Amino acid sequence: MTSEAGLSVRVTGQRRTARSHFAFDVALDFAVGLNVLFGPSGSGKTTILSTIAGLLRAESGRITLAGRVLFEHQTHVDLPPDHRRVALVFQSLALFPHLDASQNVEFGVPRSVARAERLERALGWLERMRVGHLARRFPISFSGGEAQRVALARALASEPRALLLDEPFSALDRELAQELSAELIEHIASAPIPVVLVTHDRALAHRLGERVTLLRAGKVERSGSAQELLPEVE
Amino acid sequence: MIDLEPLALSFEVAIVATAIASALGVALAGVLTLPRLIGREVIDSAITAPMVLPPTVLGYYLLVALGRESAIGHLFEALFGTPIVFSRGGAVVAATIGALPLITKASRAALESVDARLVDAARTLGASSLRGFLRVSLPLARRGIFAGVMLGFARALGDFGVTLMVAGNIPGRTRTASLAIYDAVLAGRDADATRLSLIMTALAIAVLVVAAHLTRSRSDDI
Repeated sequence: MTSEAGLSVRVTGQRRTARSHFAFDVALDFAVGLNVLFGPSGSGKTTILSTIAGLLRAESGRITLAGRVLFEHQTHVDLPPDHRRVALVFQSLALFPHLDASQNVEFGVPRSVARAERLERALGWLERMRVGHLARRFPISFSGGEAQRVALARALASEPRALLLDEPFSALDRELAQELSAELIEHIASAPIPVVLVTHDRALAHRLGERVTLLRAGKVERSGSAQELLPEVE
Repeated sequence: MIDLEPLALSFEVAIVATAIASALGVALAGVLTLPRLIGREVIDSAITAPMVLPPTVLGYYLLVALGRESAIGHLFEALFGTPIVFSRGGAVVAATIGALPLITKASRAALESVDARLVDAARTLGASSLRGFLRVSLPLARRGIFAGVMLGFARALGDFGVTLMVAGNIPGRTRTASLAIYDAVLAGRDADATRLSLIMTALAIAVLVVAAHLTRSRSDDI
């Protein structure tokens, strides 16, 4: 069941590329707080995140966020990505290479914020993610962890109603991933929105996994806690 | 002493034509990269056609479309008191048609080489597709676009056939450098023809070197 601020996803669709054809059919309910979407590569995790964000169009079904319909096949509702208020942090992070850290984050600050205040907000987010010192530097000079923090700051600066993270810590060593995920959980506690974290890392799923959904070949296999679903490693 | 007037006129015409073709070409390239565009290659081919059509064909179309009896020609003359054809305006139109395909093609290629995920990221951060284009795609494609603009300028500088058809060969008004070379050859002024030809060649090579440099060093750019 989803709470009022929750994200409900009931969609089918497919994705064709030159080399592959992939179909998905899922019913997912993400409550406020951290949700883990776990599955092997090729199970459709990224495709589903892109569909929620509006970058890919589902063939049928319905997506609602905080009581607002983002997509509904029957009524032809299909909000464009910029009207969904769903922030997506890509696995590649997709930081804008021609903008420095503060400009990257400022890009995310809503247009409704007065121009003069946008930079201040951006700097505030960088501080909160403990990368204030990077403000004037460009992404090419960031370490993996720094880039991760800037990307998170940018996503949070857009005041999203849901945050989607695609393998957010995959490029980091275990220690750094641990530190960042702990910080992320802190932030989520202060921003009551659903956060969907996609991973194929068992250890990470265990550490974060109050609510885990197992995905396989475009279908939900099971959901529950990491303890129940994933045999203990370590 | 060499007559510099045709060269100066060529520059004047080429600069105005390149400015118009750049604005138009980048906008068209933006349209051509829209994800759900119908008839993409047909539009692209129509823009490219001037590169392969005989200048007489293009010139004839332009005379029909912009001549004093046409609706556009009529309106222009009523507004500005001078016809487009057989005036400097005609030379600018001819040079613009020459430059447009080069600028549009280079801009499209440059825009398509921008990582699509960056534009996607911009959209999920609340940017409209126009804002994503202006703030992300365009700045990241700027080197390739500028290389196309340089090529377009070189092309605009040297137009001959369409200019002759649409603007004529009026000394001081529409006789650009390429037309002056033609006149010099016909009149047996070989020294003038040689000098102007060498200057045009040097200019073209200089512009191509700059364009090549911009295209090649793209990867060093942030």
